[in-house]
Amino acid sequence: MTDKQAGKNENLHAFPDASGHFGIYGGKFVSETLMTALTELEQEYRSLKDDPAFLSELESDLRHYVGRESPLYLAERLTAEMGGATIYLKREDLNHTGAHKINNCIGQALLAKHMGKPRIIAETGAGQHGVASATVAARFGLACQVYMGSEDIARQSLNVYRMKLLGAEVVPVTSGSKTLKDALNEAMRDWVTNVDNTHYIIGTVAGPHPYPMLVRDFQSVIGRETRAQFSSRHGGLPDAIVACVGGGSNAMGIFYPFLEDHSVRLVGVEAAGLGLDSGQHAAPLNAGSVGVLHGNRTYLMDDEDGQIIETHSISAGLDYPGVGPEHAWLKDSGRAEYVAVDDEQALDAFRRLNRLEGIVPALE
Amino acid sequence: MGRLGSTFGALATDGRKALLAYVVAGDPEPETTVNLMHEMVSAGVDAIELGVPFSDPEAEGPVIQAAHERALAHHIRLRDCLDMVSRFRETDNETPVILMGYLNPIESMGYEAFAARSAQAGVDGMIIVNLPPEEAGVLMKSVHAHDLDLVYLLAPTTTDERAAMICKASRGFVYYVSLKGTTGAATIDVNDVASKLDRFRRFSSLPLLVGFGIKNGETAARVAGVSDGVVVGSAIVDLMARNRDDPVGLNRSVVGLVTEIRQAMDAGR
Repeated sequence: MTDKQAGKNENLHAFPDASGHFGIYGGKFVSETLMTALTELEQEYRSLKDDPAFLSELESDLRHYVGRESPLYLAERLTAEMGGATIYLKREDLNHTGAHKINNCIGQALLAKHMGKPRIIAETGAGQHGVASATVAARFGLACQVYMGSEDIARQSLNVYRMKLLGAEVVPVTSGSKTLKDALNEAMRDWVTNVDNTHYIIGTVAGPHPYPMLVRDFQSVIGRETRAQFSSRHGGLPDAIVACVGGGSNAMGIFYPFLEDHSVRLVGVEAAGLGLDSGQHAAPLNAGSVGVLHGNRTYLMDDEDGQIIETHSISAGLDYPGVGPEHAWLKDSGRAEYVAVDDEQALDAFRRLNRLEGIVPALE
Repeated sequence: MGRLGSTFGALATDGRKALLAYVVAGDPEPETTVNLMHEMVSAGVDAIELGVPFSDPEAEGPVIQAAHERALAHHIRLRDCLDMVSRFRETDNETPVILMGYLNPIESMGYEAFAARSAQAGVDGMIIVNLPPEEAGVLMKSVHAHDLDLVYLLAPTTTDERAAMICKASRGFVYYVSLKGTTGAATIDVNDVASKLDRFRRFSSLPLLVGFGIKNGETAARVAGVSDGVVVGSAIVDLMARNRDDPVGLNRSVVGLVTEIRQAMDAGR
């Protein structure tokens, strides 16, 4: 069986496998100190994920605290202007804290509570995941430290202010490139030191197993709602779903419930930065190679000697050298396709959406 | 028998404990490393752990992170580390050298090429920090085919079930990470180390070495008293950082520390 056929014949919802892999991707590439904590986290999650009490707690917070469900909005003027497909927008920007990140944070904070961990840590790049983590920490009465590259702190001062207001401590990370990947390293170092009392809320579908699975599951609420909303608003299934991919949590969240609907094209959009040929981008699926970083095997931006290289995107939320392992696997299997859009094109779309629909989106 | 086996065998015959020293290849200058390896051996080090620089050394504390960054500023690559081992072997064919690093540079070189070139350079084994045995199957085949030892880590959080699996997979020795934390963290609790090692000892007949948190002769001697040997890393790398603009002072201070630790360990036997 070729890789292309694999996507058609296997149950795409059956992954990761028991050892945490999506084909050759994913896995648990961490130091020994964390292995037991990852096993415990997986066991706890597996025992809670179908537990009616846990699910109703989660459901209640998503509804009353996050403000779900989020609208599926028919963008009429954008549709007319573009002259092609009928375009619907899934409005994750209308969630509490202004992004999809909180879907995952609520779920993981509930997990932390059930595991009896009084402290959470998180990494953040643009600050959205940091703000969402600080928010749920306040909501559940957990201590919270957020690791953030000193470059990002300088670029995203408003989100730093919000995190502090919410009672979190923002820890500047000055190692390496002083951005998201280094914040992730530093959060891993904290977790390795404080693993007994601390839960690490990874913000995307990357990291060691079980994170890619549990973040995807918590974000899948996006796709489940979209499926139901589209069916009642428009009828049937959409022809295609398009989502941006940095680490890939929002894309995985909306793709996942459609994986077995083979008529639905799944299109992930990476950040081409100054162009895929420039080297100044954040598009590992389009122009990277397979390697191991931050606990999983996936596509990465690295040089020929295996050193991770710095990424560039005008969107701070996509500025990450890796990508979730499930995306790597969906790419190889052909079930999803991944394209890239450069800074200019992103800015153009940003202006268009503002003018035509009165919606101020994130750049991604 | 390989160099690791003969070294541990000779130490056991003499009733002495092993002293391993860790430096990052190319820190602070590419010219520093090979000479310093020889100097440390003369001062009583039994084996060298040579750190392979990586852009994202997620298990390291600030001292060793900075060493990786200094080495990377000189563009030290995995193949440069192997060249250093070859040069070391020109005049020392006895002292074991173990590479310590992260998986991605090895993935880039390719597992088989990595194993073949390591063996050719005179490397004896490797510790890959972010590669637990569960993920190591393919690499392990290549490494073992070239008679190299893949050394695995035990941690304070390791369960008995995992310890049995890790000790079975490990070759050469088993490395106990004495602290929950990164390299260079707080000083260790020797009694706690002793009780953990008692628990792990029944899973392996290989030497059990202890690293993380060993900063001076006194701690090294006490830890050596309950184990088969110690690994000293951050304390050495810290001295190197302080003396990075003074090559003579750098060698003198590192040799001074190694000598102190060696004497304390031998006095305590």
